[in-house]
Amino acid sequence: MSLVARILEEAGIPTVILGSAIDIVEHCGVPRFLFTDFPLGNPCGVPWDRDMQHAILGQALDLFEQAKGPRTTVRAPFSWDGDVWRDQYMEVRPEDREEMLRKGEENRKARAEKRARS
Amino acid sequence: MAEPIGYMERSRLYYQAQGFEKAYQWARFDEVPFTRLKKPLSESRLGIVTTAATYSRTAKDFRAVDSGSTVEAPERLFGDDLSWDKKATHLDDRESYLPLIQLENAVAEGRLGSLSPRFYCAPTNYSQRETLTEEGPEILRLCQEDEVDVALLVPL
Repeated sequence: MSLVARILEEAGIPTVILGSAIDIVEHCGVPRFLFTDFPLGNPCGVPWDRDMQHAILGQALDLFEQAKGPRTTVRAPFSWDGDVWRDQYMEVRPEDREEMLRKGEENRKARAEKRARS
Repeated sequence: MAEPIGYMERSRLYYQAQGFEKAYQWARFDEVPFTRLKKPLSESRLGIVTTAATYSRTAKDFRAVDSGSTVEAPERLFGDDLSWDKKATHLDDRESYLPLIQLENAVAEGRLGSLSPRFYCAPTNYSQRETLTEEGPEILRLCQEDEVDVALLVPL
């Protein structure tokens, strides 16, 4: 999505990225970024929490006006309920090694098939 | 406050454990473009771009740029084939990743001029070259067709 931001911006369309993977977005470098420190999947707020979603969208809109230059990051002042997800995401446990290698083999096969078809 | 997850490092270790030998090279640029608003937000048309799909896909399915109506919007979008935290959360509430109700509210409040009649789906393919030369330009074309002034990009 960071690459799409570049293309739109170069064509004269200001962008705001609203997302939760701050390291990836800042590594790439984007014009404006509203960071929500949530599990990947719900960058616009906790599901069904309309008040939080309203506030976050408001901040995203504000950022269009407030950013003075590229690489502007603003952190939304909300947190997810609990931190268990932080350790669990893409966790590599020793007991899962074999299963992960099998999954990797499947992935490589799927990618090769996809490449052959495109 | 907890430290944000380092997704680049986390995914490097994860795919290494899956037997992938070469680590993914994340996009990086020294120069970042920046365009100022041409008119007030209250007079601007906003287009929203998501990485979610309008239909249920698997990792084997071909991904392409897509769009859907913001007027008669689908109740939900799909992302089974994408990397996001499927253990911690879900995509059952569309507003948590495609906030069309909130955008319509912003229009009603006068904060935003209008919402583009379509939302746009970026396919997030593995190839950065394809994103830069094919998918990105196609999203731009759709935005220009809909006379979008500003774009909100929401990756899952």
